Amino acid sequence: MSYAAVHDDVHHDHKPTGIGRWLFSTNHKDIGTMYMVFALIMFFIGGAMAMVIRLELFQPGLQFVDPQFFNSMTTVHALVMIFGAVMPAGVGLANWMIPMMIGAPDMAFPRMNNMSFWILPFAFALLLSTFFMQGGAPAGGWTMYPPLVLQLGDGLPFLIFAVHFLGISSIMGAINIIATVFNMRAPGMTFMRLPLFVWTWIITAFLLIAAMPVLAGAVTMLLTDKYFGTAFFDAAGGGDPVLFQHVFWFFGHPEVYILVLPSFGIISQIIPTFARKPLFGYASMVYATASIAFLSFFVWAHHMFTAGMPLAGELFFMYATMAIAVPTGVKVFNWTATMWRGSMTFETPMLFSIGVLFMFTLGGFTGLMMGITPVDFQYHDTYFIVAHFHYVLVPGIVFGIIAGVYYWLPKWTGYMYDETLGKWHFWLSTISVNVLFFPMHFLGLAGMPRRIPDYNTQFTDWNQIISIGGLAFGLSQLILVWVVIKCVRGGEKATDQVWEGAHGLEFTLPSPPPFHSFTTPPKVTEAMAHS
Amino acid sequence: MSAAATRTAKKLFIFAIAMFGFGYAMVPLYNVFCDVTGLRLKGKTGEITETVAATVYVDPNRLVTVAFDTNVNSALPWRFKAQQYTMKVHPGVITEAVFVVENNSNATVIGRAVPSVVPTQAALFFNKTECFCFTKQTLTAGERKEIVVRFVVDSKLPKKINTMTLSYTFYEAADSKNVAQSDSNTVKAIDIKS
Repeated sequence: MSYAAVHDDVHHDHKPTGIGRWLFSTNHKDIGTMYMVFALIMFFIGGAMAMVIRLELFQPGLQFVDPQFFNSMTTVHALVMIFGAVMPAGVGLANWMIPMMIGAPDMAFPRMNNMSFWILPFAFALLLSTFFMQGGAPAGGWTMYPPLVLQLGDGLPFLIFAVHFLGISSIMGAINIIATVFNMRAPGMTFMRLPLFVWTWIITAFLLIAAMPVLAGAVTMLLTDKYFGTAFFDAAGGGDPVLFQHVFWFFGHPEVYILVLPSFGIISQIIPTFARKPLFGYASMVYATASIAFLSFFVWAHHMFTAGMPLAGELFFMYATMAIAVPTGVKVFNWTATMWRGSMTFETPMLFSIGVLFMFTLGGFTGLMMGITPVDFQYHDTYFIVAHFHYVLVPGIVFGIIAGVYYWLPKWTGYMYDETLGKWHFWLSTISVNVLFFPMHFLGLAGMPRRIPDYNTQFTDWNQIISIGGLAFGLSQLILVWVVIKCVRGGEKATDQVWEGAHGLEFTLPSPPPFHSFTTPPKVTEAMAHS
Repeated sequence: MSAAATRTAKKLFIFAIAMFGFGYAMVPLYNVFCDVTGLRLKGKTGEITETVAATVYVDPNRLVTVAFDTNVNSALPWRFKAQQYTMKVHPGVITEAVFVVENNSNATVIGRAVPSVVPTQAALFFNKTECFCFTKQTLTAGERKEIVVRFVVDSKLPKKINTMTLSYTFYEAADSKNVAQSDSNTVKAIDIKS
């Protein structure tokens, strides 16, 4: 086996210099870094849009933005956060960590890796440019339901091609990850010795390859409906707008597991490290993750209980949704059992992981509530659903990614981050995220609809508290930026193992690891396999 | 990159392209699935022949209210009204409802009506022997036309349903523009399964 990226500078650790190092990079560590930085920038762009939403909702009535722009904010906030922040952050961590975790010198297709990343800035340039177009940015919700989305002006083809590019980028990234793990594991690194982060990413990658093309198909149908006279979703031509919802959510539900599984993988690495115990029920974790992924293809219509469905369909999708709680419960049990009687310490990555465990479970429970068809008729399209998916997405997924960043930051930079600032970041984020999202449950149950710039005056108090929580959460994230910048510049030297309880191949490398690591594959034994 | 990795990648690329095709395959598959499982319940009404309609049991002790709702898509320059907004019918009796449609523009336009029935549970028991929605309607400039629907409510209609609404929306047909140019009225009627 020869690896194109390795050839020239395998003997010295010299890096290419200048802008070319990044533009033409084929190095998994550099590409991983670019993904993470891109995700952070998009996180703040999406966050700024959330601030506009919360500013407008601070008082009833219309104060700052017109309703069309408000709807653009909710729509593009979702698209930016899902496709620009969370997914690239997950791929970035996969790029950095998977080759080091399985003892490979790089990803299987370094040049395709470069393309996967560089498509992203262009895709988001297309998407965000719609703000300056006739008809404005997409405002019909991130789910792009016809016929509303087809009323968008010149921005529609830009939205659709942006989705196509994002799909191509994620599919190439997913293929790269699977090809790497299947073919480039070090001798002795059997599948059942893989770290759980690698396992969750294999499964995520399969979900991406199965789901993203279906989304690409759905938006292509929108495009041809609007410009080429087809009538997939046009009632006048014999089509059916509800069909789009079926096709979209066939992608949409696996997508939520695409977002969350990498976070599950990260905390499965971190909790054993700081509990100083091996992960409880490794094999059951792998099977539970695979079951969640498999079941995710049979629950899509629980997003559309109110769209009109026969009773048999509503019952099937309700039971299938309940079934997903079983493997998820297995995972939550295993994480808790890992901590049971462990010698735990509470460094920042561990704090964020425990935060994920508590708050993801809370979001999961509200998900179960909405999976029950009759009560979903009350919750549908209210702030209750907004509370639910923000609990799983922010303290469930974003906290997981942040935990991973704190956990591996000393490995990446060679310096320990500022633990005091890290703890401040955790506590401020955790308090503010609950001030931000918890009252949304009350508003939803009281009947406040989502995606509306105005509301009845009785909702004012909770909305003001939510907006204050939102601002506090947004500002708290600046601490993360400061911690990362400070850590890159220097600090206490990190050891190779970084954390006392850390296991795995990435912790046998120096901190920071050489530009090209594992050019000769390590030998993996049972003892040094997953923690 | 190794040959094995290339093979893996090729298989996965084919899988991704197949899933793109699957997205399109879902369009007919949903219909097939609903027909096979009998799950079709989307407010669509049935079409039956006069002979079948004549065999439906007439229930003289029951009266069901049928309301008519008429809509015109904003792109279509037509006026469309039901002559009677509601009718009281005995289940099993074949009834005729008359609608009036008028072309307000100065060009020939082809329109097509899309029907639906609420409550959706009632749709299965609402059958039509004749409907202007089965074919496209062509109106010349300024033309006014009476169009009819002949229907029969199945006497097996659940007891709890006493009122149903038949709603029509007229849209401009996709080939309307071409006809307007050639001004031909001999457009081949195309059946749409309603």
